[in-house]
Amino acid sequence: MSAEKEPLFSSKNLKLLTEPLNDSNPITVQVLGVCSALAVTVKLKPAFVMALSVMVVMAVSNVVISLLRKTVPPRIRIIVQLVVIAAMVILVDQVLKAFVFDISKQLSVFVGLIITNCIIMGRLEAFALSNKPWQSFLDGIGNAAGYGVILLIVAFFRELLGSGTIWGYKVIPESVYDFGYENNGLMILPPMALIVVGAIIWIQRAKNKKLVESN
Amino acid sequence: MRSYSNTYIFIFSSIMVIIVAALLSVAAITLQPYQKRNIEINKKQNILTSINIESTAKDAEALYKEYILESFTINYKGEVSKTVDAFTVDMKKELAKHIEERNLPVFVSLLEETKQYIIPVYGKGLWGPIWGYVSLKDDLSTIFGANFSHKAETPGLGAEIDTKDFQLRFLGKEILDEQGRFVSISIVKGGTADPNSKYEVDGISGGTITSNGVDDMLKDCLSSYESYFKTIKQAIPEIDVEKDLNNDVN
Repeated sequence: MSAEKEPLFSSKNLKLLTEPLNDSNPITVQVLGVCSALAVTVKLKPAFVMALSVMVVMAVSNVVISLLRKTVPPRIRIIVQLVVIAAMVILVDQVLKAFVFDISKQLSVFVGLIITNCIIMGRLEAFALSNKPWQSFLDGIGNAAGYGVILLIVAFFRELLGSGTIWGYKVIPESVYDFGYENNGLMILPPMALIVVGAIIWIQRAKNKKLVESN
Repeated sequence: MRSYSNTYIFIFSSIMVIIVAALLSVAAITLQPYQKRNIEINKKQNILTSINIESTAKDAEALYKEYILESFTINYKGEVSKTVDAFTVDMKKELAKHIEERNLPVFVSLLEETKQYIIPVYGKGLWGPIWGYVSLKDDLSTIFGANFSHKAETPGLGAEIDTKDFQLRFLGKEILDEQGRFVSISIVKGGTADPNSKYEVDGISGGTITSNGVDDMLKDCLSSYESYFKTIKQAIPEIDVEKDLNNDVN
């Protein structure tokens, strides 16, 4: 790392942002954080707020851990990471409760569960502990974006097919319902999220040959 | 990797914990007024929904002032007391008390020149508490509207109790039988409610435990108000139902 005069957005740094969107996507490639992807993707709006919250938590805890990386005793590093994440999550939860109460009600317990989101801990352990703050920040944003993109795609299909709305607005006209169309109740249950995530993984691998393991 | 002494580890963790604790307490204290306000507005919205008035977080306070005439608490004998602010009563705590010590809130609203009595209810669902408000017409038996909320019921199943679809099933049902005895409303297995019955409501298929929870909740909470209903009913002939034209809602 000869980063003395490396520009802020060098191609190496940009890669930290873009890689998690596709080649090393936390959900579809690393298969981390799937649990929350199943839980909060019934509607777009909570999924968006969840993605944003994860992004804030991830970016800030990545930076904090990266700043502390030379002082954290390795023996208790996991505990330190957990404390940082937990503190951030509680902060985010409090802010949501104070300013976007409706959404915080919908997310309810899942905000607290950001703490257990394996992506965050994984990035802290694998990246922030051995990299500089700025790179860690980008890595956090990148991975949270990769997570968020999948969340939004899944939520889009689940909301459209499960409730006939997008972002809470009705998009499927009443006449279609009169014709015999019905919202798919299975779409709003978690198993369908798993199937949608599976479909996304399938499509991604079909397009991106790098990801296909050679047996 | 450098090794660290135990003292260092202890000092490091102590400082970390103190900083985090300070940070979180500051955040909690500064944000508390906003959070309290949100909870209050939410409660007002729920009360308004129980008399079939839709509100948003913005207009909830104004609408609440407009429609809710008064609120007070009653004791087990049905005596009205105004010493406790009904709005701040926590049903969970009241229901945990012995029946003689309970302060049960009643909200009275005025819509279309008649009064509605709004009764808060609180009970157990499958995963956590469920609660809501049931409004009765001035015969104190017919349900005018109902609103239920839940903390953690299963989405798509038990959680359906907070949907309009479920809540509308209660409209026009009665909690007193023809002799005026309290019978409450029974939530029966989804799809089996007798359409002609005034006392049966379809439960949610697949959400049986939550449905039973609503059933129990209504029985438990509404029955505590029985004596109050009786006192009002006896008093009704004498009460001059004031129709304050300034409060005309239309």
